[in-house]
Amino acid sequence: MAKSLDEEHAPEERREALERALRHLGEPATATDIDAHIRAARHDRSADDSGPAPITRRRMLAGVGMAAAAGAAAIATRSAHAKAPPGAVEYPVPADPARVQGRMMGEDGGYGMRSQFETEVRWFNPTRTASFTPMASSHGIITPSGLHYERHHGGIPTIDPANHRLVIHGLVDRPMKFSVADLRRFPSVSRIHFMECSGTTGSEIMKATMPTVQKSHGLASTSEWTGVLLSTLLKQVGLKDNAAWVLAEGSDAAVMTRSVPIDKCLSDAMIVYAQNGEAIRPEQGYPMRLFLPGWEGNISIKWLRRLDISDKPFMTREETSKYTDLITKTGKARQFTFVMDCKSVVTFPSGEMRLPGPGFYEVTGLAWSGRGKIARVEVSTDRGKTWGLASLQDPILPIAQTRFRFPWIWDGSPALLQSRATDETGYTQPTHAQLIAERGPLEVGLFYHMNAIQSWGVDRDGNVKNVHPNQKV
Amino acid sequence: MSIRTRKFRAARAAAAAAGVAAAFAVTAGGYPDRFSIGAAATAEDVRAVDIAVMPQGRGLPPGRGTWASGKKVYETYCAACHGLDLLGVKNLADMPSGAALRLIGGRGTLTSARPVLTVESYWPYATTLYDYIRRAMPFNAPGSLSNDDVYAISAYILAEAKIIDKRAVMDANTLAKVVMPNHDGFVADPRPERFKAQP
Repeated sequence: MAKSLDEEHAPEERREALERALRHLGEPATATDIDAHIRAARHDRSADDSGPAPITRRRMLAGVGMAAAAGAAAIATRSAHAKAPPGAVEYPVPADPARVQGRMMGEDGGYGMRSQFETEVRWFNPTRTASFTPMASSHGIITPSGLHYERHHGGIPTIDPANHRLVIHGLVDRPMKFSVADLRRFPSVSRIHFMECSGTTGSEIMKATMPTVQKSHGLASTSEWTGVLLSTLLKQVGLKDNAAWVLAEGSDAAVMTRSVPIDKCLSDAMIVYAQNGEAIRPEQGYPMRLFLPGWEGNISIKWLRRLDISDKPFMTREETSKYTDLITKTGKARQFTFVMDCKSVVTFPSGEMRLPGPGFYEVTGLAWSGRGKIARVEVSTDRGKTWGLASLQDPILPIAQTRFRFPWIWDGSPALLQSRATDETGYTQPTHAQLIAERGPLEVGLFYHMNAIQSWGVDRDGNVKNVHPNQKV
Repeated sequence: MSIRTRKFRAARAAAAAAGVAAAFAVTAGGYPDRFSIGAAATAEDVRAVDIAVMPQGRGLPPGRGTWASGKKVYETYCAACHGLDLLGVKNLADMPSGAALRLIGGRGTLTSARPVLTVESYWPYATTLYDYIRRAMPFNAPGSLSNDDVYAISAYILAEAKIIDKRAVMDANTLAKVVMPNHDGFVADPRPERFKAQP
């Protein structure tokens, strides 16, 4: 018999990997959970460990084909298949991958899969109206399309691009309609930008509510977006002199609508049909969406079907009763609060992680601003007594998440990890207290445009948890 | 294909290209100023999607409704989620920043740390009610209500909120004239806020 999985791989490594995976799923991993996973893996895989077969000429010739056939059988019949994480297929794990032929390419049908050992997924809120990017394990600045955050107001529609048109009408010289094929013929632009929901961290203003960075900050993601500048299309239709606002309308069940000032439409606004090098995903607005760099996500209307050029805003539900910022200090609500202010968060270490012991850690995180580039990020590990400059990793792009890194030697005593970002306009992230002083307290609902400095507490055992600044570690 | 035909086709293509070039000014970068891409949108193309209603009443269709006609329609299509008393339904969670199920009440709470945001206490325009109900409600069959039904439901909610009289008729003329309690409750965005630098 070949060695079992657990004899072959260092059990501690595997345990740690599983611990990480479970933690990223938002479930605290217990020793029992992990043992159960290891037992399950051992049970499933030992059946395949029938030992090395004698080498014959025939077997050698057939080797590649047999590997492919075995792989196909594994997809079709193995019960273990069902346990593969989303986007992966579970294959038997050989004792020594250097001693058997690997799978033939093409089993994925030509559209790649991720490793069966990678488990990162979006987290869905209980009402399934929003999903959150797993930031704790994010690398670099690009969010994979399948992990980009979502917010839907009427579910995800299924739209045949052959039947979809974007109609532009209202205060124009020539009302026009454009198919997806039409859009792709125009000169295109590709730009890397973040998108963030205006409600991100909105529940965190008065107290810490979300245990992980995914659940607190995960309604923000970065992609490369490709499409046509809206100004190009508006030139096609010809704007009347009194054109001042544009109603953007989606083709979803909410027939989602927002009014956009014409200046934004004539500057960097895009009609996007691709994300990260391929067609945008259905949940991102397939086959086309509006994209307004640096502005709150909901105004970048998905499944875009219509632009109505007007002289006034339309005062839709989503810009009156929703996505307006009630200032309880005055009882008045701010309306048309488009821009996402400068913000940052430490993604490692962050909530529900556990540092194995004192020693060196590279603190890392993301910073972004709807007003331009990130100029600097400061990190504090001592409750804000001292701040040090983090290094910013290239590329530092305008209106894109920027990765920062900061070396830290943990001495084993309780610590508080914080980051504060400053953008190129000189605006620095405020504290919770400053935001509350400016806008008034809010105990229910979402405090929109909440960009306060995030704190992660580290206790003596290395446990990291979300901490409100009013709270002891 | 004969040489003659080929020559003829090439000449025709060249003429067409010259025509295209003449029709559009080309910038220094080699891009035309405008493109012959897209099609004219017909009146029917626009009518099929042009459902927005503006505060001044633009876009309101013919039709009418009252509190009395609205009560029955509301109880049939709306009460399951918004409650017979328009206060929402117990244990049916409001979606975060999504559906606010409670429709009435909450006046005077906007300076509280626990504000109650409803059509009655918060919405600045009655026309938005019509626009939203017509485009997105009821949840299980959006866009299925008749114009009269939408006027009737709007009248029912506005009357239950004590914003209009129960005998008032809501139509394209009267709905746009309704003044909502929080009509003056909105201000322009003052950001970026100037925060004092922290040590």
